[in-house]
Amino acid sequence: MNIAVLLKQTFDTEAKIEIAGGAINKKGVGLIINPYDEYAVEEALKLKEKNGGEVTIISAGADTPDAMRQALAMGADKAISVEDPALAGGDEYTTAVVLAKAVSTIPYDLVLAGWREGSAQVAVRVAEELGLPHINVVTKLDIDGGKATATRDIEGGNEIVEVPVPAVITAQKGLNEPRYPSMKGIMQAKKKPIQKLSLGDLGLSADQVAAKVKVQSYFLPSAKAAGKIIGGEAPQAAAELARLLREEANAI
Amino acid sequence: MAKGILVFAEVKDGKVKNVAFEMLSAGRKIAGQTGDELAAVLIGKGVAGLAGSLAEYGADKIYVAEDDKLAQYTTDAYSKVLADLIKETDPATVLLGCTVLGRDLAAKTAQKVKAGLLSDCIAIDVEGGGLVFTRPVYSGKALLKAGVPESSPAMATIRPNVLTAEPAAGKGEVVNYAVNLDASDLRQVIKDVILQVSSRPELTEANVIVSGGRGVKGPEGFKVLEDLADVLGGAVGASRACVDAGWIGQNLQVGQTGKVVSPTLYFACGISGAIQHMAGMSSSKCIVAINKDEEAAIFKAADYGIVGDLFEVVPILTEEIKKVIAK
Ligand SMILES: Cc1cc2nc3c(=O)[nH]c(=O)nc-3n(C[C@H](O)[C@H](O)[C@H](O)COP(=O)(O)OP(=O)(O)OC[C@H]3O[C@@H](n4cnc5c(N)ncnc54)[C@H](O)[C@@H]3O)c2cc1C
Ligand SMILES: Cc1cc2nc3c(=O)[nH]c(=O)nc-3n(C[C@H](O)[C@H](O)[C@H](O)COP(=O)(O)OP(=O)(O)OC[C@H]3O[C@@H](n4cnc5c(N)ncnc54)[C@H](O)[C@@H]3O)c2cc1C
Repeated sequence: MNIAVLLKQTFDTEAKIEIAGGAINKKGVGLIINPYDEYAVEEALKLKEKNGGEVTIISAGADTPDAMRQALAMGADKAISVEDPALAGGDEYTTAVVLAKAVSTIPYDLVLAGWREGSAQVAVRVAEELGLPHINVVTKLDIDGGKATATRDIEGGNEIVEVPVPAVITAQKGLNEPRYPSMKGIMQAKKKPIQKLSLGDLGLSADQVAAKVKVQSYFLPSAKAAGKIIGGEAPQAAAELARLLREEANAI
Repeated sequence: MAKGILVFAEVKDGKVKNVAFEMLSAGRKIAGQTGDELAAVLIGKGVAGLAGSLAEYGADKIYVAEDDKLAQYTTDAYSKVLADLIKETDPATVLLGCTVLGRDLAAKTAQKVKAGLLSDCIAIDVEGGGLVFTRPVYSGKALLKAGVPESSPAMATIRPNVLTAEPAAGKGEVVNYAVNLDASDLRQVIKDVILQVSSRPELTEANVIVSGGRGVKGPEGFKVLEDLADVLGGAVGASRACVDAGWIGQNLQVGQTGKVVSPTLYFACGISGAIQHMAGMSSSKCIVAINKDEEAAIFKAADYGIVGDLFEVVPILTEEIKKVIAK
């Protein structure tokens, strides 16, 4: 079973965000593998251990060498990195069209990606581009007899969904415990191939992947005024808080 | 030339979700400035009776797409119906609630109609004749203003609870929309649905959230928070520390890797205020922190704070709030 894993590198959560010249200043910001994508990599490796086949890491945008090496060190076989100046101003549409083309360059039975409370668009758009069904927010996955059966989070509970494979699955926390790369894995990863492709290599033009969304400006949220610490013993403080919530904040 | 605003009205337990009314109210204001028509769409089975409630919040036209195949949500079926409707009616703007279902449906539909989609927006403004959406990026550490000028339509998911729902009668013309679904559209089969029974509202839509952190010390510690939540008809949330310790379900985690919430009132009890937690709740309208460490970072984000033991403060607060509400 051949599996493509869509992998993205994101800003370190602790990173301080600065805006310079109307854009987010990316200099000096630490990058980490998107935490949810680690679940996707782990799931791909488990399926490979069970069924054989190859795991290919696929990424679009030039910001990912470390994340790719990490996935290769965990045990993925190879990687494809689409790098092109035209991707710089891209949006989720851009990313998805490019990733779908890149996935199409390899044989695949399954596409795994991360789920994120953020925009959560890319993997689903890739599924549509490839004409595949998808299952989002998956915490349990079984592949058997040409079908993927997944438990996914829905509002107020879970549901079990079945789709024919190939399909796109997005991984949620709880799907598995991602392994740490071993020393041997890290050494081997250095020799594993990372294929670099441009838009032209994928038969795409910059126009075909032009962003649909036009950014107007980035700005920082306005700093919040200092709050009120309510002093006194617990009974007085609690009574005062209840009063303020009603009379000042209008919140109850 | 694309024209008008289309709001997807999500239905849960036989009721339209509040976020749909919030979007209609925002749409009404925009329509007032641009002269656009405001339409809504109901998709499902047995949903036609809900059209009236959409008219009360300003919908001029309500498309009703009913079919046995739509009784349960599947992305394949719903996105086909919504994409077909968009292609036929050519709206300039399509709005969905940023819920679990809304995100899933929006992304699939956007790719079907090749639209730009702005996720998790917290404001919509009319600027220079076009719509501009504001969304948090990088875990809310920055905000982005963007539009979808050249593609038609512009799609956006709107975070529940940030826009205000205000009744305003619309024309309310009901249009039955003929659904065109064949087997190849329906690849997802729902085998089972397991719902946790809870009398409390969904975290992302609750008006009041009472969250606990490591300071609650164990699963039993949540009892005092539940009592406070129930007095206010609110939901209970938690920091990741509690979820990782197995004290409470992952579905109640607030933060960067949990739910992003913006209730009217958020209580952080025994929560230190890590940046990843704040990423999920800093857009709450009023934040109350109860923590025994006066240096805790959460006090910097809070509108009101009490330095003290939550097990002492919260039960008294619950009683005091009962008194205030009774007045
Ligand atoms: C106008 C605009 C300009 C932007 N410019 C830039 C820019 O210059 N540089 C930049 O880095 N980002 C940029 N972004 C952000 C970026 O293009 C997309 O928003 C981003 O790829 C989506 O990330 P997400 O985590 O929100 O996606 P989600 O849809 O939440 O991602 C879900 C999953 O999809 C997969 N995935 C997503 N993106 C990729 C990818 N690139 N490669 C492989 N797998 C992926 C991963 O498995 C990920 O977990 C821009 C966005 C917009 C709207
Ligand atoms: C990639 C990543 C993603 C993350 N995502 C999230 C996320 O989505 N959500 C999230 O919450 N965290 C997240 N975290 C974890 C986050 O960094 C913090 O570790 C976590 O939020 C701490 O939880 P806490 O505040 O409950 O615990 P602590 O930091 O241990 O704080 C406990 C607080 O309780 C107070 N306290 C103790 N006893 C009492 C008492 N009796 N009365 C009153 N106060 C008391 C203490 O003074 C202290 O301030 C993430 C971390 C990483 C690295």
